[in-house]
Amino acid sequence: MADTSMTDLSYVRTEMVPDAPAPRRDTGFVGWLRQNLFSSWANTLLTLLGAWVIWVVVPPLIQFSLIDAVWTGENREACTTIAQGGVLPDGWFGACWPYVGDYFAQFVYGRYPFDARWRVDIVFVLFAIGLVPMLIPSAPFKRENILYMSVIFPVAALLLLTGGHFDYGPFITGQGFWIDYLILTVIVCAIVYAWGRATGTTSLGPVRVTGLSMVAIAVLLFILGIDFGLSHVETDVWGGLLVTLVIAVTGIAASLPLGILLALGRRSNMPIVRAVCVAFIEFWRGVPLITVLFMSSVMLPLFLPEGVTFDKLLRALIGVALFSAAYMAEVVRGGLQAISKGQYEGADAVGLTYWQKTRLIVLPQALTLVIPGIVNTFIGLFKDTTLVLIIGLFDFLGQMQSSFTDPTWASPVQATTAYFFAAVVYWVFCFAMSRYSIFTERRLSTGHKH
Amino acid sequence: MAVQDAGVPRLAGGGSGFSVLNDQRVRGVLFQVLLVIGVVSFAWWLISNTAANLRAQGIEFGFGILWNTAGFSINQTLIEYQENSTYGRVYVVGLLNTLLVAALGVVLATVLGFIVGIARLSNNWIIARAATVYIEVLRNIPLLLQIFIWYFAVLRLLPAKREALDLGPFGLLNIAGWYAPSPIFGEGFSVVVIALLLAILGCFAISSWARKRLAATGQPFPVFLASVGLIVAALVVSLLLVALIWGRPLTLEYPTLGNFGPRGGARLFPELMGLLLALSTYTASFIAEIVRAGILAVSRGQTEASYSLGLRSGPTLRLVIIPQAMRVIIPPLTSQYLNLTKNSSLAVAIAYPDLVSVFAGTALNQTGRAVEFILITMATYLMISLITSLFMNWYNARMALVER
Repeated sequence: MADTSMTDLSYVRTEMVPDAPAPRRDTGFVGWLRQNLFSSWANTLLTLLGAWVIWVVVPPLIQFSLIDAVWTGENREACTTIAQGGVLPDGWFGACWPYVGDYFAQFVYGRYPFDARWRVDIVFVLFAIGLVPMLIPSAPFKRENILYMSVIFPVAALLLLTGGHFDYGPFITGQGFWIDYLILTVIVCAIVYAWGRATGTTSLGPVRVTGLSMVAIAVLLFILGIDFGLSHVETDVWGGLLVTLVIAVTGIAASLPLGILLALGRRSNMPIVRAVCVAFIEFWRGVPLITVLFMSSVMLPLFLPEGVTFDKLLRALIGVALFSAAYMAEVVRGGLQAISKGQYEGADAVGLTYWQKTRLIVLPQALTLVIPGIVNTFIGLFKDTTLVLIIGLFDFLGQMQSSFTDPTWASPVQATTAYFFAAVVYWVFCFAMSRYSIFTERRLSTGHKH
Repeated sequence: MAVQDAGVPRLAGGGSGFSVLNDQRVRGVLFQVLLVIGVVSFAWWLISNTAANLRAQGIEFGFGILWNTAGFSINQTLIEYQENSTYGRVYVVGLLNTLLVAALGVVLATVLGFIVGIARLSNNWIIARAATVYIEVLRNIPLLLQIFIWYFAVLRLLPAKREALDLGPFGLLNIAGWYAPSPIFGEGFSVVVIALLLAILGCFAISSWARKRLAATGQPFPVFLASVGLIVAALVVSLLLVALIWGRPLTLEYPTLGNFGPRGGARLFPELMGLLLALSTYTASFIAEIVRAGILAVSRGQTEASYSLGLRSGPTLRLVIIPQAMRVIIPPLTSQYLNLTKNSSLAVAIAYPDLVSVFAGTALNQTGRAVEFILITMATYLMISLITSLFMNWYNARMALVER
């Protein structure tokens, strides 16, 4: 019985049916549309909503910035309607690009003297030379690069931007700066030596290192004191992108070492050190930056002995640096906490001192882990530099605000054009940085997957 | 420096000497003593300098200034304020304005942030892309610039003072602000409010009773429907009752467009609108990312496990996904709220009368009493931050995973 049914199987296929192509409506562009935009009536509704939002926002922006925009012109006539005293038809509303072109140099340099602007250009180039290889992970000579960015570039930038030829006053005996500096060097070396003797170290290594660093600082100070024939430029004529970058870069450079120290202090076992660090960090994180800037501009002069004055930019820099140091400390603390306990214990087990352990084992790992966090802090700081315009400094945005007072280009579209341009510039900077942060995050995360 | 292996003196360097200074405990104490001396002497130096400078300027330090007459006017005040009010009152007015914009901003930013965050996870391509673009654009433009754009560019496109955009039931809008319909409370309105409060209390009672019953018998109870029903019933009954006894409990006064612009209604100043729009859209872009991260942090297995237990998608979302996502979302969300509150101090740039603007700005410039006014302002923000972080710690302790 089973046999008969098994033999006559002509209705059963002997070969596989070839794959039929997917239905037309599920593949290609139409399929993609059906899947991603019109899969259900709710989805279709959402699509229409999204399309409407885009329709409301995007075309007016393009209309304003490109189609209706004015590209050439000499003064406000080019960018105003007939009723406003210009040449354009009534109801016109578009960007006034010749105004931005006219003011472009001021947006970059501020009121920095014309014949000295090449110095600012050189600083920008020097900065790029140091920064680009630093950002590329595979670029060689990282150590030299860091040395360049932390010592050579700041000195060169300070020299070029201010004109150098600094004059130092005596600070201990009143007999002249260099005599006092020599006395200070001797005192510092003596303290290091005494500490070495008291702890039973016979080697003179620490004393030598201290002496050499004092000499190195002396050389830098000496270079800054030389008269290279560059004209002196006061910081109150600095402005535009220059001030924005100076504040952002100085802020991050000053806040990184301070933030590392604070983070280490916050994780210390010594209760008083921890309390001081926590109080410092929480104080700066608890107040808005604008009050910090107010404080540095009106209270800092009161804190200093009579007769000692700071210029406005430096006061803002101090405020910004202390403020961002607190945020940096929290970022670094995250990195310190992310390192496994075994690393600390291993370093202790091989007999490293606290500072050796921190410098050779802990910080290299912790700082690499928090590069994205550091970049994010930098983005925040870069955006926050705009706040200095409230205390009367002229950063990129502040310079734009001040250009509104010039009657040559006064028109109803002036502010809108300027803000549009500023928004694009800030966005390009910040977006590039955030992409870089994501890039490092990806690069690091592949190395740390277990 | 660290005291980890306390009490075990270590041989250092060449190892020829043996000193009490090599004991880490001693070093720790020594270092901390030095730090205390350093901090105290630095603080002493600052204070003595400040005192000397103030003496030289002929200013006497003290908070008595707060009872002096301010003599300037403020356009938006939540409490009564006149030009002859004291600086102390200026402080209260400024603080209330700060809290007002912060509270409104928090609500708007949360709503918008959640919508954009969920939209970014949507399967709909256009919605997800639009949300991504929103986040990437707004996050990467300085907030101050956004405030300027809203206040000086976008709101300036509104009709001039004598004209207005008619928003129908929402009042009138022009360059001088938003004239919203203002409520006029009739007699007996308090009865409605009391009825509403009682109904809300009733809802809590129902939900707690339903939870107990569910635990005891396994019988579910439609809490949501019952709550809505209770509130609606309370409103309708109380409104009808009040209307029968006293007449209309609540009338809306609509602004009208006269020859000199809109009149009547409650006016929202353009400064507040600009600041609020900028703060909430900017903060929403950060909240959206937090929400997205929170939802993605709940693993797919949780959903699958919940389905396999027989829960439908609604309860799965409500009982499994959201509670776990909230644990991830709430801490960074609170810090965004705090950021928003601190960022509201940028109001000074468009002259919205917040704490920094009127107290650390106008009042300070008038009196020249920098130390007192800045100290009070900073202390106020610090208090707000401290209260928020205390709340956070309490919340985190409550929500933390209890591991057994």
